Amino acid sequence: MYVKLFAGLREAAGSDRITVQLPAGATVADLVAALGRDFPAIAPLLGSVRVAVNQGFADPATVLHEADEVAAIPPVSGG
Amino acid sequence: MAVAQRDMIEVSAESLDKAAVEAFLEDPAAGARVVFEGIVRNHHDGRRVLHLEYEAYAEMAARQMAAIAGEIKRRWPAYRVAIVHRVGRLEIGEAAVIVGVSTAHRADAFEACRFGIDRVKADVPIWKREFYADGTSSWQDNHC
Repeated sequence: MYVKLFAGLREAAGSDRITVQLPAGATVADLVAALGRDFPAIAPLLGSVRVAVNQGFADPATVLHEADEVAAIPPVSGG
Repeated sequence: MAVAQRDMIEVSAESLDKAAVEAFLEDPAAGARVVFEGIVRNHHDGRRVLHLEYEAYAEMAARQMAAIAGEIKRRWPAYRVAIVHRVGRLEIGEAAVIVGVSTAHRADAFEACRFGIDRVKADVPIWKREFYADGTSSWQDNHC
């Protein structure tokens, strides 16, 4: 599954898109755990990250599907 | 009475057009129009800021802004709502965001506009990077 990255998270990872392997039925919480395990460079930032699924914020229990558009959203600073 | 109007929602790489926002907010039933502009300032935490860059998850940002406009209309009797945000490089003094609301009376317009900008700063996926006089830069966090 592809995960979009932005701002400081994108720079820490060195890419605006990373790939993680998740088992069927994996949740948003599983995704965050996998990101921390597979990408040590962004692990310190994940505590403040929110996950968006199909362009809306998703809670940790949300189940992911292969076709979902998934993004890791670091703390925002618009306005 | 006014009929329901769609909202003005934009994530734009071009200079924001305050006059266009004000014109959009016009409604014969509206007796109040409050427009908030967020402007790039030249300092932050005692450091001199030279310019900013805003990055957006543009599709989601527009969707979140539209949802905020919808929430404003559910909570206040607003005739028109505009939320526009700039992205890319901005110089000192340029507008980064404009939130505008028109309503029948002033109290609703002030409250709804304040609610709108607060929600934009909390829940719209846009990020600001400040560039300082000493050559460094840093991503900001609204701490919402």
